[in-house]
Amino acid sequence: MSLSIARRWPGHRLFETNSIWLVIGIIGAIAVGGIVEVVPLFYLKNTIEEVQGVRPYSPLELAGFNIYVREGCYLCHSQMIRPLRDEVERYGHYSLAAESMYDHPFQWGSKRNGPDLARVGGKYSDDWHRDHLRDPRAVVPTSIMPGYPFLEKTPLDYSHTEADMVALSRVGVPYTPEMITNAIIDLKAQGTPDSDNVDAMLKRYPKAVIRDLKVDQGLLSEADALIAYLQRLGTQVDFSLYDDKANIR
Amino acid sequence: MFGARGGSVATTGDTRICPNPAQGRSNMARPSTKSMTEGEFGLSIILSALAFAALIISAKAYTQAYAFHAALFSAASAFAVFAILKRYMERPAELPPLEIDGKPNYNLGPVKFASIAALFWGIAGFSVGLYIALELAYPQLNFDLAYINFGRLRPLHTSAVIFAFGGNVLIATSLYVVQRTCRTRLAGDLAPWFVVLGYNLFIVIAGTGYLLGITRSHEYAEPEWYAILWLVVVWLTYFFVYIATVARRREPHIYVANWFYLAFIVTIAVLVLGNNTEVPVSIFSSKSYPLWSGVQDAMIQWWYGHNAVGFFLTAGFLAIMYYFVPKRAERPIYSYRLSIIHFWSLIFLYIWAGPHHLHYTALPDWAQTLGATFSIMLWMPSWGGMINGLMTLSGAWDKLRTDPVLRMLVVSVAFYGMATFEGPLMSIKSVNALSHYTDWGIGHVHSGSLGWVAFVSFGALYCLIPWVFDRKLYSLKLVDWHFWLASIGIVFYISAMWVAGIMQGLMWRAYTEQGFLEYSFVETTDAMHPMYVIRALGGALFLCGALIMVFNIYRTLASKGVTESGRAAVAAPILSPAE
Repeated sequence: MSLSIARRWPGHRLFETNSIWLVIGIIGAIAVGGIVEVVPLFYLKNTIEEVQGVRPYSPLELAGFNIYVREGCYLCHSQMIRPLRDEVERYGHYSLAAESMYDHPFQWGSKRNGPDLARVGGKYSDDWHRDHLRDPRAVVPTSIMPGYPFLEKTPLDYSHTEADMVALSRVGVPYTPEMITNAIIDLKAQGTPDSDNVDAMLKRYPKAVIRDLKVDQGLLSEADALIAYLQRLGTQVDFSLYDDKANIR
Repeated sequence: MFGARGGSVATTGDTRICPNPAQGRSNMARPSTKSMTEGEFGLSIILSALAFAALIISAKAYTQAYAFHAALFSAASAFAVFAILKRYMERPAELPPLEIDGKPNYNLGPVKFASIAALFWGIAGFSVGLYIALELAYPQLNFDLAYINFGRLRPLHTSAVIFAFGGNVLIATSLYVVQRTCRTRLAGDLAPWFVVLGYNLFIVIAGTGYLLGITRSHEYAEPEWYAILWLVVVWLTYFFVYIATVARRREPHIYVANWFYLAFIVTIAVLVLGNNTEVPVSIFSSKSYPLWSGVQDAMIQWWYGHNAVGFFLTAGFLAIMYYFVPKRAERPIYSYRLSIIHFWSLIFLYIWAGPHHLHYTALPDWAQTLGATFSIMLWMPSWGGMINGLMTLSGAWDKLRTDPVLRMLVVSVAFYGMATFEGPLMSIKSVNALSHYTDWGIGHVHSGSLGWVAFVSFGALYCLIPWVFDRKLYSLKLVDWHFWLASIGIVFYISAMWVAGIMQGLMWRAYTEQGFLEYSFVETTDAMHPMYVIRALGGALFLCGALIMVFNIYRTLASKGVTESGRAAVAAPILSPAE
């Protein structure tokens, strides 16, 4: 049997009689495609462009982002508007690479059981989001989204926000030492409009939305953080100023 | 760790080779004092240290969920040390011989465990799938609870069916096939058990983590850093066991199924390492942040994601096809040259196809086009493989009428052909513009996973379990029932998803005569409801089929005594190209 095989295709003998060569051959075959497709993305202009207005998440928004990840929201909501006529009309300007440059991990999603959220920020009021998270069918009668009433009942745990920001700075998010030391002060300031720390916070995180979240009364909930994150989505870039020819895709 | 185990494999392995049976017996007869192998000693020490370290981490963990996981690790490690010591106390001084009377002394314990574990995880994974299908049709079933909402159960479903069910099938069959086709006992003494039990511990850690909200949010790569670290250790051990067994084979050639198993094992290791470059917040925190963000993270994720399909769900299960189809049909593989072309072109082309998951996104156009081009080229090796599998039945087609197990295997290959035709079609950019983000994608993966992966797994388990447990399969009639229920279930499932996907895609882009978008998003969701109900019905039928299988296997194992044919199947296998 083995003799006849070798006679039929002698050139392949090396791989089927030597396990080490077989493994080397496999690694060689699978290496090419990945290298060609992945490596250039770290050098090409339009994948590493920096667009004006895009900044790292504020501590409160970051806490919201982590809740979004934890609950698996990406499994039903994409955050990637494609440059197709109906999508641009439904959701807004197509998504830029830069808009998710601080998303560790990316939240583009792959399935829309619900609508795209890349530009949901500012489209609905905070109260709408609060009602919707508590009971989606109270505001959208035929919605198939799960209810998240437990989010507003769970106090936000921000005891490790600093550690989160240190880890993110290690993977390349430009959090300065000043931002990290002020993490909890900034987090509270974003929910306390009359706080003395608001100005400093806004300087570090331009355009952050300040709302009264009754932080002093200990009422800051996971829902508050998630809403702060949702309301920021897609609001960073001013498209009246954006030059879409500068970095052609 | 591997040094110690590798050493024990080499040393005990060498002393155990006894080509002359008489000499082997005299060795055994010689009185010898019992001592621990390096593997037993080293693994006990390492696992004891791990149990202790995990206990400390559990005490200082940032969150309760992580504390629970650390405690679970600790308990599992302590239990493993106990099991190793108990085994040492009870075993004879000599380790099991490599050969008995000139015949390989196959190590079937780990194979038995993994094949039964596959059944258990299969039922769990299908049930969770059915439940989340019902959640989409009737959202009240989320019950406003964190632990069972769709977002947390969906990764549990995908991981349970792919990695728990599929993974255990792959481990069980690979550890069996490599021994039979190399005519040698599995390398390592504790190592195969470490692979099987360690992998299932990984599954438990990953699955419970999703329910507790521990996730990396990369699809099919959700487990956090500590679970992945454990998996890497288990997986490298798996690789070493496999390659060491192949290296000491008593056949001049490495059989084609082993090429596919090796490609699966090697590539999954590369993919997992590549997609899990992340920085943990702290050793006391379950949370980590990936090194890459945005577009780079997306590309690397789908390089991983598509090749998890390509190498876990395709290459691994093709290995099953290349062993079990010829074995069951009692015919040689149709074309030897085709299997060579199939193998190399499949593994070379698959790795390029990832970007078709990112059409029209912020990924550069050239990468998308490259991904689509290679996806279309991939059609050729896929169908080459399908033809090779189907044509193996030349001269044995009549067996399809009488043997429902063979029918299951053959239908799985047909589904493989269908899914690998649909995939390239969907990777064409203009088709993808319609299909992406819709249920068409869900339908596509299920025609592949239910039709191909699950059917070939069922077929293989129906062969494997009677072989390794030395029993006769309880009822072929019940296999027939399983086959038809599952087949009808798949038809319900995928046709509902085709309709749902294409309908929703068209509704999203529908315009009124005045030039406005015709439907709001929620109107397109409402239209999905009947399709979601039909899909759940299909899933329920599929689950019923699997439950029948479990009953059938239970009765098979419960049957007292070994039947004549069962003995014959194990002792004197009919020669196939595998041997």
